[in-house]
Amino acid sequence: MAADGGMGHATKRREDVRFLTGRGRYTDDYTPAKTTYCAFARSTVANGKINSIDTSAAAEMPGVVAVFTGEDFADVGGNPAGWLINSRDGEPMKEPKRPVLAHGKVRHVGDAYAAVIAETLEQAMDAVEAIDADIDELDAVTNMADALANTDTLVHDEIGTNQCFDWGWIEDNRAATDEAIKNAPHVTTLELVNNRLVPNAMEPRCSIGEYDPGTGDYRLTTTSQNPHLTRLLISAFVMGIPENKLTVHAPDVGGGFGSKIYHYGEEALVLAAAKKLNRPVKWTSTRTEAFLSDAHGRDHVTKIELACEKDGTFIAFRTETMANVGAYLSNFSTATPTFLHGTLMAGNYTVPNVYVNVKAVFTNTAPVDAYRGAGRPEATFSLERVIDKAARELGIDPVALRRKNFIKPDQYPYASAAGLEYDSGNYDALMDGLEKRADLAGFEARRAESAKNGKLRGLGINAYIEACGIAPSNLVGVLGSRVGLYDAATVRVNATGNISVMVGAHSHGQGHETAFPQVVADMLGVDPMSIEIVHGDTSKIPFGMGTYGSRSLAVCGSAVFRATEKIIKKATLIAAHMMEDKPENVDFTDGEFAVKGTNKKVSFGEVALKAYIPHNFPLESIEPGLEETAFYDPANFTYPSGAYACEVEVDPETGKVDICSMVAMDDFGNVVNPMIVTGQVQGGLAQGIGQALLEHGIYDENGQLLSGSLMDYAMPRADDLPNFVVDHSHATRCTHNPIGVKGCGEAGAIGSPPTVVNAVVDALQRGGHDVDHIDMPVSPARVWAAING
Amino acid sequence: MYNFEFAKPKTVEEAASAMAAEGAQALGGGQTLLPTMKQRLASPEVLVSLTGIDGMVGVSASGGSVTIGGATTHAQVAADVAESYPALAALAANIGDPAVRNRGTVGGSLANNDPAACYPAGALGSGATITTNKRDIAADDYFQGMFETALDEGEIITSVSFPIPQKANYQKFDQPASRFALVGVFVAKTPDGVRVAVTGASNEGVYRWTAAETALNSDFSQAALEGMSGDADDMISDLHGSGAYRAHLVGVLTRRAVAACG
Amino acid sequence: MPKITMNVNGASVSAEVENRTVLSAALREEMGLTGTHIGCDTSQCGACVVHVNGKAVKACTMFAVEADGANVDTIEGQAHADGSLNIIQQAFQDHHGLQCGFCTPGMIMSAAALLKDNPKPTEAEIRDYLEGNICRCTGYQGIVNAIMAASGQSAAIAAE
Repeated sequence: MAADGGMGHATKRREDVRFLTGRGRYTDDYTPAKTTYCAFARSTVANGKINSIDTSAAAEMPGVVAVFTGEDFADVGGNPAGWLINSRDGEPMKEPKRPVLAHGKVRHVGDAYAAVIAETLEQAMDAVEAIDADIDELDAVTNMADALANTDTLVHDEIGTNQCFDWGWIEDNRAATDEAIKNAPHVTTLELVNNRLVPNAMEPRCSIGEYDPGTGDYRLTTTSQNPHLTRLLISAFVMGIPENKLTVHAPDVGGGFGSKIYHYGEEALVLAAAKKLNRPVKWTSTRTEAFLSDAHGRDHVTKIELACEKDGTFIAFRTETMANVGAYLSNFSTATPTFLHGTLMAGNYTVPNVYVNVKAVFTNTAPVDAYRGAGRPEATFSLERVIDKAARELGIDPVALRRKNFIKPDQYPYASAAGLEYDSGNYDALMDGLEKRADLAGFEARRAESAKNGKLRGLGINAYIEACGIAPSNLVGVLGSRVGLYDAATVRVNATGNISVMVGAHSHGQGHETAFPQVVADMLGVDPMSIEIVHGDTSKIPFGMGTYGSRSLAVCGSAVFRATEKIIKKATLIAAHMMEDKPENVDFTDGEFAVKGTNKKVSFGEVALKAYIPHNFPLESIEPGLEETAFYDPANFTYPSGAYACEVEVDPETGKVDICSMVAMDDFGNVVNPMIVTGQVQGGLAQGIGQALLEHGIYDENGQLLSGSLMDYAMPRADDLPNFVVDHSHATRCTHNPIGVKGCGEAGAIGSPPTVVNAVVDALQRGGHDVDHIDMPVSPARVWAAING
Repeated sequence: MYNFEFAKPKTVEEAASAMAAEGAQALGGGQTLLPTMKQRLASPEVLVSLTGIDGMVGVSASGGSVTIGGATTHAQVAADVAESYPALAALAANIGDPAVRNRGTVGGSLANNDPAACYPAGALGSGATITTNKRDIAADDYFQGMFETALDEGEIITSVSFPIPQKANYQKFDQPASRFALVGVFVAKTPDGVRVAVTGASNEGVYRWTAAETALNSDFSQAALEGMSGDADDMISDLHGSGAYRAHLVGVLTRRAVAACG
Repeated sequence: MPKITMNVNGASVSAEVENRTVLSAALREEMGLTGTHIGCDTSQCGACVVHVNGKAVKACTMFAVEADGANVDTIEGQAHADGSLNIIQQAFQDHHGLQCGFCTPGMIMSAAALLKDNPKPTEAEIRDYLEGNICRCTGYQGIVNAIMAASGQSAAIAAE
């Protein structure tokens, strides 16, 4: 094992140095020679019929070199949904075309219907104002119930409905679940909203298209979490550019949180424009455009029922959800409310009956897709809120009620009633740890102290499980995925012994450049600093599926592991040849190959050099070179889990909620870099607390985004948050990937929202207020309104 | 953003002359104006920077009042009146964020008269006098509704004089995104009576809550305000809070300001 | 177009800019200093914070012509002359005060301004001071710990 910087070591991040000195290279930092600038004309109405778009005046404006409208892309393909969902009646989902530029109709405020390319950005923006678009404003639908009930107002006329699909999971369990609930001694019902969120990665999207007329090669530099998927979508579906003629490069990316998974029309536009103009074309989103055109997250309206025995034993969960998909299907939008949500609706519990119905609804709003957690926060919020409510109704302590129904350590592998097989976990151990770290026993004393200051203190508890490492291809294929979800890595040992590792995962804050070398260094016994991670450029890396769903280490890291195993196997052959012995007699430890029972040994570096200077190689059995690729497709999802506690103080006069403490006990399996893992949890907690208390993407009935800037959309700031207690010491190893890791990127955002809301409701109830639920964000105004009936 | 002519005069006279140009607009710290121009919601033809005029920057105290140059930043006010008028210093120290406070100016804030800004409450609550290149305007006459003031076209705020009250306090309840005041209340106990100025709440912009002033004039205590709240009919209602909620906060914050006055 | 001259990170730099060019654009596009980032258009996010004549300002909310003749310090000038990280930068690396790195230049410049005015801030003072700097990745704890450490105060353990 590497003495320093190997597995389990809190190695400082090497990539930090360039970020800390202003030398990070984000897409917008790149301006090729002769760059032109792109600005979009975006709809100011939520639903409208395009009668005509007159671009003649714009085309004559100073500096303008081209103007595009939807007409120019009428014959190219649409941006597809990556996951086919079938409705309960067996009908496939409705899948209207999502064009590069709106054509015929605009369907949400911000829907781009024209683009101007000019010598400068200001000239392009000036010319956008000169576009004369004749658009008849139509009635809009933004409310999902209205959209389903009212077929006079359609987002997509050609499909005749605003319902994308009506999905049941597991449909065969529906009757049994209904029956169980009908006969149950106690049923707790809760109606709730999972608020729409705007991802707001700090770096706005940016795309630069380039074209080389000599070779016919296209190059797209773009803010992406998964450059290969973007290339595949552009090549196979949207533009038909051969994959081997298109390079997609995502350099340093300033956060994604899901919003940069998807292919967006702006990327296709800059490529098409670059070819037409034979000049680079750059588009950089403003924050205002980001609010209007990035894929949003969440936006569910849910009714959940929990049936149980009088003693609290769970009998059934039944959920009915409306999931807003917005005006168009973004790439993962159909998977998020279904297989990333419905399959988790058994939670951490031995409940025999689970049924989930999800209706996906088109509305005149920005598309909604996976955002940090993606379906699992929605599942956890519904489950953990209704369990808390049931605990109060039954007079059972919320911790005790959860423990009573937890899956026990000896029950793994556990087939949940929602169709997943959990491989490992120990929820009671997490809860034991939580009781200590959060000092639950001391709560009453703290509550009394708060009361002296006129504050209502509350305690919220939560347990969660999630499915991460999104994959495996065999399973997701059965469930409707149109892509595989493996990942890939190439380990290239250079002649001088340093190592390049080309990975399909993309790092945009997760620290792959530091953590992946820890895995390799540990296996090869070399200095981690001799290992360089290459990512983000399709011309340099093997075909991988990118970073989302907490999959990088569990899936791509496992590919790195497998490729490194192959390196060791081949290096052993070379070492055996060098030492003139049989490979089976050679051991590899601490970076040295040695012949058992002798003092013959060669170092890894000597073997690397020999691989590229293959004098006297037995070429029939050993090829020169030392480079191996592995594609890793997991056998199962991974199942991180956790137990969280939050204490809040509510100011009963103003309704303001202050978070006093937040304790996160997570089981991520093995941990490669505990510093990075802790940081991932802290960031997730902040986003979850943001959802719980502050953030809301809210449209009015006309489809105008009321919280369309940082002046109205409340992002969590440093002074909104406490110091967190994060503990991932209660780990159970993932049983099916070689590193034993589960994934940590989303946990904080999944576990924290119900914890916070449970705490606020607890505070109000202990304060004598008869409040069962407050929808997120739990703003001061909402708390005050709840207190005052 | 549209382009514009830029003038950086050295004297008030030069500034006044530059402001006479068609489409001219004064530029203080620009912390509100620049974002507005970026959105192409404002298109001044000439911007007249006021930050290069020596006489318009700085704080002086005399005769029971502090006088602040119109182009003085919030950060400088927060530092320079900390001893002479701590309630005003605290108000200035909690506007925006540190970088905004290093640019934003008192004159810019008062000229803009954003209905959720802090300075209008401080000026009206203190009974300040707004001095321009033409005249003195009492705060009671100056604020004329949301984004409306008594300033004429081209008129420049050169300084603002704040009489120092016997006691004063400003209570701000943040709008969570913009960090402007969802509601802010400035209470000042002066020899001529109590003044209560409210920002963030009303569709009419900053206003004096006269009912509270009357109650506090007879008894300067929280108890005097028991059960009182603002008039919800006039209140702003938006995604951050209903009119009723804002009216309630007006009462709560006024009581807290009185309590903090000691 | 007006010609402006500034002393940027200790070196005199001139550029021709339009009146409407904001300081951040002049730094990024005219001077190649792309470490100053643009994260919003309403002066909220703070990714563009630089120092003008020693004061922290949002470079996206100041015209370049207003900085004519000024001393401007950006993230590119923060490391020691030998390229090693300064005490604040080093503390951010040590305490995992950054993830994607996009808000980081603004955070470092704000932290530097804070510690200049207040060499031993409390945790609450740090959190309050960072009101105008939004980070979407870290949850701020690593940042707060880093600034505590840079000011010679013990910080909570970042990794457990």
